[in-house]
Amino acid sequence: MVGASLWLTGTVVSAESATPSGRILMVDVPGWPGNLAGQHLDLRLTAEDGYQAVRSYSIASVGSATTIELAVDELPDGEVSPYLVRDVQPGDQLEVRGPLGGYFVWRETQPEPVQLIAGGSGVVPLMAMSRAHHRTGSTAPFRLLYSVRTPENAYFTDELAGFESDSFRLDWVYTRSAPEGWPAAPGRLMRDTLEAAAIPAEQQPTVYVCGPTGFVEAASRLLLDLGHEEARVRTERFGGY
Amino acid sequence: MARLTDGSEFVRVDGNAIAGPLSELLSADMTMAVVTCAPCGSGSVLATAVVELDPAGFIVLCPSCRHTLFTVVKTGNRMTLDVQGMTDLSVTV
Ligand SMILES: Cc1cc2nc3c(=O)[nH]c(=O)nc-3n(C[C@H](O)[C@H](O)[C@H](O)COP(=O)(O)OP(=O)(O)OC[C@H]3O[C@@H](n4cnc5c(N)ncnc54)[C@H](O)[C@@H]3O)c2cc1C
Ligand SMILES: [Zn+2]
Repeated sequence: MVGASLWLTGTVVSAESATPSGRILMVDVPGWPGNLAGQHLDLRLTAEDGYQAVRSYSIASVGSATTIELAVDELPDGEVSPYLVRDVQPGDQLEVRGPLGGYFVWRETQPEPVQLIAGGSGVVPLMAMSRAHHRTGSTAPFRLLYSVRTPENAYFTDELAGFESDSFRLDWVYTRSAPEGWPAAPGRLMRDTLEAAAIPAEQQPTVYVCGPTGFVEAASRLLLDLGHEEARVRTERFGGY
Repeated sequence: MARLTDGSEFVRVDGNAIAGPLSELLSADMTMAVVTCAPCGSGSVLATAVVELDPAGFIVLCPSCRHTLFTVVKTGNRMTLDVQGMTDLSVTV
């Protein structure tokens, strides 16, 4: 991790609208040392008057590539995210510091079952884990429970569907509106849904939960209630309520 | 070389000599550091602590008892770490 506090200059390669409120950015960062699945970076913007703002963003890509992928949701009254979601264009420069964090990480040497639980843009680090799982041909059972407001609000839908196999299962929770004919009424993640759609505690999965702070805390409480051990539930809170 | 009463030896130098070893401690991945809470005595991996971020810095709370472990405040180009709520921090090197 030496050098992690060094700011590197990245250039936006592409900025594609992915959901009604979010974009996927590809950023080329010469000198980027590569990253593990689940790590994040700090992104710094500097205004013309010298004012700086720093925010953390998870990295959806994994491995040694120096072009990294971010997915950013806009908070309408936010300082940084509206710029990343509306304004930044290919060719623009951003400063980044990382990769950061060794805790919210999945390594291909982990043999145990893994339950991923994402709320909204919290899917980003879990996407990196899913990609690593797929790419390395890991046989560890993976299951991703992805909670989104509406189907249109989901990132990486097609790529995730392509991962589905004996060792990767994908489950959806829709909180505001579900696709036509969906068997469950839209609503927040409930105990029953989690019990039905998550690897049971008896199988001792490592659980990674990521998303807005309120979502992460609610999901963690349900997991403990379902008998998952606190030490096997890893969380990453994105902020908010 | 000087000798302590228990027979171990040490060298008296000054702070310049610990630049290397301290950088080993402080450049480790802090999310995996284990911090001991002064009020309740529990040790936690820093990644599991509760953190309150604001523009001036951040407050790190013990996940067991929610007392403040430490705070970091940035004023101008000075960054200050206040460690009143913790007794130790250890990292794997
Ligand atoms: C480790 C880590 C990884 C992250 N990864 C991602 C990522 O991959 N994609 C992504 O879109 N975001 C991610 N975030 C959130 C991101 O860092 C910013 O908090 C977010 O983009 C809002 O910044 P802002 O400057 O636009 O809003 P701010 O100006 O900071 O905040 C505006 C308002 O929104 C509230 N708020 C702040 N953060 C959030 C939040 N996350 N959710 C809801 N309300 C909030 C604030 O309290 C404030 O009222 C991550 C956060 C962390 C800590
Ligand atoms: Zn404590």
